[in-house]
Amino acid sequence: MSATETDVGAALPKERADYLPLLLPLLLAVAAFPFIPSTSTWVTLTIAGLAMGMMIFVMASGLTLIFGLMDVLNFGHGAFIAIGAYVATLVLLPLAPWMQADSIWLNLAAIVPAVLLAIGVTGALGLAFERVVIAPVYGQHLKQILITMGGMIVAEQFLYVFFGPQQIPLPLPASLRGSFLIGEAAVEKYRVVCVLVGLAVFVSMLLILTRTKIGLLIRAGVENTEMVEALGYRVTRLFVGVFMAGSALAGLGGVMWGLYREQVTAAMGGELLVLVFIVVIIGGLGSITGCFIGALLVALATNYAGFLVPKLALITDIALMVAILLWRPRGLYPVTSR
Amino acid sequence: MMPLSGDPPRSKVLTVALIVIVTLLALTPFLFPGSKPLNVAAKICIFIALAASYDLLLGYTGVVSFAHTMFYGIGSYGVAIALYSLGARWDAIALGLVIALPLAALLALLIGLFSLRVQTIFFAMITLAVASAFAVLASQLSWLTGGEDGRSFRVPELLRPGTTFFNAFGIEVNGRTLSYYIVFVCCAALFLLLLRIVNSPFGRVLQAIRENPFRAEALGYRTVVHRTLANVIAAAVAAAVGALNAIWLRYTGPDTSLSFAIMLDILLIVVIGGMGTMYGAIVGATLFILAQNYLQALMGAVSTAAGEASIPILPQLLHPDRWLLWLGILFIASVYFFPSGIVGKLRGGPS
Repeated sequence: MSATETDVGAALPKERADYLPLLLPLLLAVAAFPFIPSTSTWVTLTIAGLAMGMMIFVMASGLTLIFGLMDVLNFGHGAFIAIGAYVATLVLLPLAPWMQADSIWLNLAAIVPAVLLAIGVTGALGLAFERVVIAPVYGQHLKQILITMGGMIVAEQFLYVFFGPQQIPLPLPASLRGSFLIGEAAVEKYRVVCVLVGLAVFVSMLLILTRTKIGLLIRAGVENTEMVEALGYRVTRLFVGVFMAGSALAGLGGVMWGLYREQVTAAMGGELLVLVFIVVIIGGLGSITGCFIGALLVALATNYAGFLVPKLALITDIALMVAILLWRPRGLYPVTSR
Repeated sequence: MMPLSGDPPRSKVLTVALIVIVTLLALTPFLFPGSKPLNVAAKICIFIALAASYDLLLGYTGVVSFAHTMFYGIGSYGVAIALYSLGARWDAIALGLVIALPLAALLALLIGLFSLRVQTIFFAMITLAVASAFAVLASQLSWLTGGEDGRSFRVPELLRPGTTFFNAFGIEVNGRTLSYYIVFVCCAALFLLLLRIVNSPFGRVLQAIRENPFRAEALGYRTVVHRTLANVIAAAVAAAVGALNAIWLRYTGPDTSLSFAIMLDILLIVVIGGMGTMYGAIVGATLFILAQNYLQALMGAVSTAAGEASIPILPQLLHPDRWLLWLGILFIASVYFFPSGIVGKLRGGPS
């Protein structure tokens, strides 16, 4: 048949791009505008929401990526968040004079090693966790949930053992404190940094996933793991790599969150895990873009609601999740057929 | 074998252990006078029924819910709020139950219809999110729930410790003893009811769904309906147990009813006792509550001793507050090595 000789790419109908969810955060910001008395407040709230959203995205992206590729939902992800923040304090507290120095270079000399160490430690722990704890229970959801939850409990308790039960204060470096004034709106410097870091993570993840061979393999693995394996690629290595990267991202998010709150507690992992789950569900399990939009939506809604109706802010996450799921039962961008 | 619904313990050791546990629980007020043993025994009864209702979900239906304490809390708060605002009356308890049980069942129905269609993981995530939102809500709506402080209230006259009925064998039988027996009998009834449910045709379908949902569906059973119904039953039982807990404690607060720590306790009890066995709830809850009340003291003593001997890290590892660490490790180990828990081990054979 001559039809089979035509170019395969041309034969396939082009997938329709789905831009609607991308507009949601924008719509939300615009919709909130008339309710907020002054423009400057709106700007402050929006930037705060964006910053919070970016931090949640950094934490959640690892979880959703791991789920998409490996079909493992890591309930222990929160532990990596807390561990990242605690490891950063190991560097930042001894270097406190550098943090408080009024020089951006000394500040950076303290922060950069702290972040690198946090990423390194959480990545390495991710490797160990994947090999020792998760590898034996691939494909068994019930056991995965139970075991990763158990891992979370044990990790949290170990944090108490090694760092003590008290909160650890983690002040921002001198050069990131304070705020800019844009017109009349005060915008905290650290929030801008968070937005930039979050955007950098998002863009680089998208670039890696769509422009590199590793990314191609990961996306192929999400679609059909067996086929990738049959084509001669070692899926196990891919799994380990993605799990390490995902855990390291959780660690990075943990450091960012710790500095944002200016304190670190062992319970933060569990608290953030719930938020991260909501974001991942909204975005569609396994989707990076969906996770990004979900994080922004949740954070913006929390900030606006916190300002307008403080009592309501407690349930905005759930309300948002229910609304999104009523519209799209598998989340904004369902990636996997699972 | 009528009360056991044709599902006997099937192990000599287990049978003996169960008889010992139930006899001791039934006779606690007379064998171990004093308020601490009675409190421990009541907590064991309550956790047996609570863990059994969770086993219906985890062990028999094969879904993981993190919202079980939410339903437990609804029952607990329902009775607490009714008794607090209407005063110590029996009809207040009834009103609390009439509001709380349907509310728990309705919420379970909604969550189930929403998330049980998709898959286990989705349900686990949604229940975790909803339960944590509910806990925050309960601690914030302080005009209704008393916030972080919770609600202390008086129970009807008949159940108060001041009401003495008679003296038997030198032990005063008072309102507290009556309360204990109400808790004991109700929990036993709920347990036998659950045992009946899992051994009914409905329970068999649940197990079929757990083993192979596609096959169960292909055989014509509607998996979503069965799973949702199991979720509703488990929620209603949990709410009833929560109400008993409120009546026993004469107090309801976030720490006694809604906290995530209780959720973890239930998970540990069911997994260590034995998933999908029902009797695992009895063995697990008894061991767990006894350990919680008496082992922690031992850990504290060892920890202090290790501290005095200046051994590094060991004092922190054995600190009484760190006992969840050891339970967590035990939990992971039992999921790997004894997925059918203590009961499965005792019964032997394939797990």
